[in-house]
Amino acid sequence: MQLVWMLVPVLLFFIIFSYIPMCGLIIAFKDYRMDLGIIHSPWAGLANLSELLQAFEFRKALTNTIIISMLRLSFGFVAPVLLALLLNEIRVTWYKRTIQTIVYLPYFFSWVLLGGIILTVFSSNGPMNLVYMLLLDICNFCLGQINSLFGTNLHHFAFSPIQFMTNRHWFLFVLILTGIWQEVGYSAIIYLAALAGIPVELYESANVDGAGRWHQTIHITLPVLMPTIVTLFLLRLGQILNAGFDQIYNLYNPIVYDSADIIDTYVLRILQNMDFSLATAAGMFKSIIGMILIVTVNMIVNKYTKGEKGLW
Amino acid sequence: MQTTFSEKTFNYLNFILLGGIAILSLYPFWYILSLSFSSAATATQQSLHLWPKEICLASYRMVFSDPDMLTGYTNTIIRTVAGTFLTMLFTCLGAYPLSKPYLPYRKCFMLFVLITMIFSGGLVPIYLLIKNLGLINNIWVYILPLLTNAFNILVVKNFFQSIPESIAESARIDGASELRILFQFYMPLSKPILTTVALWTAVIHWNMWFDAMIFVYDNKLQVLQTFLQRIVIQGQTSLIEKGAINYDIAQYTSETLKAAVTVVTIVPILLVYPFLQKYFIKGIMIGSVKE
Repeated sequence: MQLVWMLVPVLLFFIIFSYIPMCGLIIAFKDYRMDLGIIHSPWAGLANLSELLQAFEFRKALTNTIIISMLRLSFGFVAPVLLALLLNEIRVTWYKRTIQTIVYLPYFFSWVLLGGIILTVFSSNGPMNLVYMLLLDICNFCLGQINSLFGTNLHHFAFSPIQFMTNRHWFLFVLILTGIWQEVGYSAIIYLAALAGIPVELYESANVDGAGRWHQTIHITLPVLMPTIVTLFLLRLGQILNAGFDQIYNLYNPIVYDSADIIDTYVLRILQNMDFSLATAAGMFKSIIGMILIVTVNMIVNKYTKGEKGLW
Repeated sequence: MQTTFSEKTFNYLNFILLGGIAILSLYPFWYILSLSFSSAATATQQSLHLWPKEICLASYRMVFSDPDMLTGYTNTIIRTVAGTFLTMLFTCLGAYPLSKPYLPYRKCFMLFVLITMIFSGGLVPIYLLIKNLGLINNIWVYILPLLTNAFNILVVKNFFQSIPESIAESARIDGASELRILFQFYMPLSKPILTTVALWTAVIHWNMWFDAMIFVYDNKLQVLQTFLQRIVIQGQTSLIEKGAINYDIAQYTSETLKAAVTVVTIVPILLVYPFLQKYFIKGIMIGSVKE
């Protein structure tokens, strides 16, 4: 009985901060008015939901969310696997540990802080553009040489900085790249842990058989990593509606809404416009689809790893 | 081990490649550090700023004379310390009963906790809840919603389950209450996992800006991250420059100011980084929260 009493504060916490907001989702089916409160606001049925699904901005946000998640999944997911494989080949312990310590660092900083740094580094007179200018310079020099050698008339590249933060395509590039920057060290650790579990005898016997490093990687290392890779991939797939609110909110601007506005930023914006019902409907849409995805993915992972690696 | 020529080449290339990746990963921080020490004249030149040409402290003088930064620092430290302490208390209070197989209705309680992990009401209901609880512009808004979460509880619960029940039993025979068993035996025995969870919580508190942005309007209650956001993201350096001493104006630019603010925010995390790294790596291995 004492045990149940101990649980009471925690249960109260979950009721107040998790379950009451879940009940609050009925706002999505009401025409919420601040002065009337949740209970007395008139019912609106599915009007909010249908308004939402027809809203151009919401559809755009949904598409962007999926596109950004997919880009992260295809590039951001491979990066830590590669990093772990390369790190694993380094036999000098102090060097390996130093590299790990450095690439792990950005993980501990907020996106406010990283965002500030990124805005500076990718600004039109920041170091990224400086490097770009140097490359252009080299290209133009080569073109000049070619022109004078062969008498051709190839045009030189114009010197204009890349607008990383205001060009809709470059913005996505920055998003994915800096996403990798922040996360790659952290994600690589999981793979490194799996790699550390491979018995040395396996490699030794492969060596005796004359298999080189490359073959050892293909036939020993990768197969050992595979369950971890598949599991993490599926779990990331379950998070597809989370395209990285913190990062995007601190980097984007109205010019790139077209490609960078995601569900979370959209919800925040309509909330700030005081359209509570529509914002709740959008949030609910995300919560429900997200839940279905996570439950499904967890089932698949449990099946695939025979109940070993699922979330629950 | 035999090494062929191609393997040797690979080793060297790999060495260089990873070194390059590490340098690239560190460079943005270095650039900011170098920029923060630059004078206005050198900062405005486009350069890689591998090294500040002269050490100029004007930007730092500005940042340290800004009262907002002090407020932010104080509030962030308060929420991190108090928040982490209370989170540990709540998490252990939840984890201990759930770790006991003989807890009545244990399955129901577990489900009750687990559901919160996969479904949430979303932003708007939470906003209205906070408003109705009178937590708008209240320092408790930083602490109460983060008191605990399902993941922390399950991680600690799993660790508690690995502690032999005989310890609890013999303490019970001596007349100890369940609370005392938790505080006197279970918590000291679970130090590594509790440290890990405490550090997760502390980092979340230190880096949190969203709640301050949405729920708090009062400048006196703002946290470090908010002031940082106003300066480095929204570019409101005028807030700092307002109280500027005139002769300094030529010595800094808004860019060096931003850089200095960033450095001042980074340093505390760097100081505890070795500690953070050690326990976070331990924490990563706890990937799943199943029974």
